[in-house]
Amino acid sequence: MKAALNSGLLRRLGRQYFLFSLLLLIIGVVVNASLQANFFKPIALVGLLRTYLPLVLLAAGQTIVIIGGGIDLSVGSIVSMVNVILVTRMGAEATQSQVLTAVALGLLAGTLAGALNGACIAFLRFQPLVTTFATSSIFAGIAVWVLPRPGGSVPEFFMQPYRSAPLGITFPLWVILGVALVWWYLRSTRFGRYLYATGGDAYAAYMSAVPVEWIRFFSYVASGLMAALSGLLLTMSIGTGSALIGLDMTMPSIVSVVLGGTALSGGGGGVIGTILGVFILAIIRNIISFANVPSWWQTLVNGLAVMLILAGPGIWALIRGRREA
Amino acid sequence: MKRRISPTLIALALAVVLFFLGGLIQPGFTSFELAMNILRLAAFLGIVAAGQTLVIISGGEGIDLSVGAMVTLGAIISYGLISKRDDRIWIGFLASLGAGVIIGTLNGIGVAYLRIPPLVMTLGMATVIQGLIFAVTQGSLEGGSAPLLSKITTEPLLLGIPGILYIWAAFAGLMWLLLQRTRYGKNLFAIGTNRITARLSGVNVKATVVATYMLCSTLASFGGFIFLGYYERVFLNLGNPYTLPSIAAVVMGGTVLSGGVGSYWGTMAGSIVLTLITSLLTTLRMEEHLRQIVYGLILLVLLAAYGRQRALRQ
Repeated sequence: MKAALNSGLLRRLGRQYFLFSLLLLIIGVVVNASLQANFFKPIALVGLLRTYLPLVLLAAGQTIVIIGGGIDLSVGSIVSMVNVILVTRMGAEATQSQVLTAVALGLLAGTLAGALNGACIAFLRFQPLVTTFATSSIFAGIAVWVLPRPGGSVPEFFMQPYRSAPLGITFPLWVILGVALVWWYLRSTRFGRYLYATGGDAYAAYMSAVPVEWIRFFSYVASGLMAALSGLLLTMSIGTGSALIGLDMTMPSIVSVVLGGTALSGGGGGVIGTILGVFILAIIRNIISFANVPSWWQTLVNGLAVMLILAGPGIWALIRGRREA
Repeated sequence: MKRRISPTLIALALAVVLFFLGGLIQPGFTSFELAMNILRLAAFLGIVAAGQTLVIISGGEGIDLSVGAMVTLGAIISYGLISKRDDRIWIGFLASLGAGVIIGTLNGIGVAYLRIPPLVMTLGMATVIQGLIFAVTQGSLEGGSAPLLSKITTEPLLLGIPGILYIWAAFAGLMWLLLQRTRYGKNLFAIGTNRITARLSGVNVKATVVATYMLCSTLASFGGFIFLGYYERVFLNLGNPYTLPSIAAVVMGGTVLSGGVGSYWGTMAGSIVLTLITSLLTTLRMEEHLRQIVYGLILLVLLAAYGRQRALRQ
């Protein structure tokens, strides 16, 4: 009985697109644990989760766009924009209602930014890569406009939840769980199925009466909203503002999606894999810092590790001599 | 079928309009010196974007996001090897090209043989190059540009026109020959249109892809060499601001991001337009953030003009 259950579970797992990512993550954890004595201590794990939580949300939004057959290079700039809006609308002495207004404003800005991307790409049929590059320049400019020099602060009670642990489980884990649940539900909705159809073959989807344009539009809106939430969490985490804060987050968001097993060509994959992808990135960086790699070498080692993982399946296929179409 | 106006012509017309618009807003913008200066900067972007043109024509989601890092690497290698001596320019030149060949070949192998999506492969390579620069220089850059290099690239050479523009013109001729008159060029358009039919017609698809990425990185590295002639100093991320404009210039020139269609003339025109926009915004003494916003808006407007994709219902 138990064996049957196990094999059924294993078989189901074996069919998942993120299997490779899961294996990688396990290897990463083993390597990391052997280098870092206190790795499994809650304090180390919680620290990692807190650092990478904003990237999880950002990459989750990126996943939705990529499944729909697009790409969003503007997510990092949206994070910056939301961060500076929050900080400038709050200040250390803000009241509860001021904080709520600021949060609403920040989320609205991110969603509108996503809607601008979506409208240009879905309805005006602009090319996604160049469009989101152009809008990322606009959003980054707005961010500098709002807050020319880094600084500012937020009230203590605004940051407090980020370090809390309701029911003994750390806050970031709740959020990640929430993201996974929302995705799990979203996938089974009509939007979810249409999203995969649009990314897989837009023309076929269109012929089967899928509202391709609206699906594309809403995939960018979702990405904008997720970027805004990411900016919100980042601000809760660091408590200050900088117009450049999100600049280096766009590329990791894309790499996380790919590491999580979602193909850039669209129509496949999912957010669960992406969450694993972010963890893989986090573990790699963590291993590098605990393996005493000299700081000037860290970028190179990090880059090579990521490249090696990305090349892994291709090298394996070459060795096995599989012929491609 | 409706005959479309060539994107190259649109971009060129736009460049002329922008130039005289600049003159209207800011008297003195239309001077010969300023025009030469803008063209000089456009030549730099144009050389970096040349390789990007090839990669994008090659199709298969082809794109190279490592050109910025490659420009940095090329400039830093030249800087270190030339170290202020005219007689060592050629060493810097060859070494920077060599680095481009190596990095580009790796990109090509990753894309063609290991089937890593180009966007991710080149993005990862950009990190690796940046890491290589950090590891080798440890943050301290020693060397120098040579006077002769600046003379060739920056100062008026003949008829008041800087040497780089002659180089660019010759380069454009070579690019045209490469694309239109060589077997490589024919293969490139063939694999960009349809890889399967190209392979069945006897084109070595993988070799062509590797060659294309190799050329792209080599040209970007050459761009870094030129950069040294312009600015005579280097820093650790000098090339980063050129990655995405190199793509924008290609798209503006009418090369289709899905591959198979394009020309270098278009990319040249696109480089001039982009450089003009930047110069115009600088001349207006617009603040940095406003410049960024306007730059983005103008790109969107340009995309509206001719960057649109096919409608689903046709």
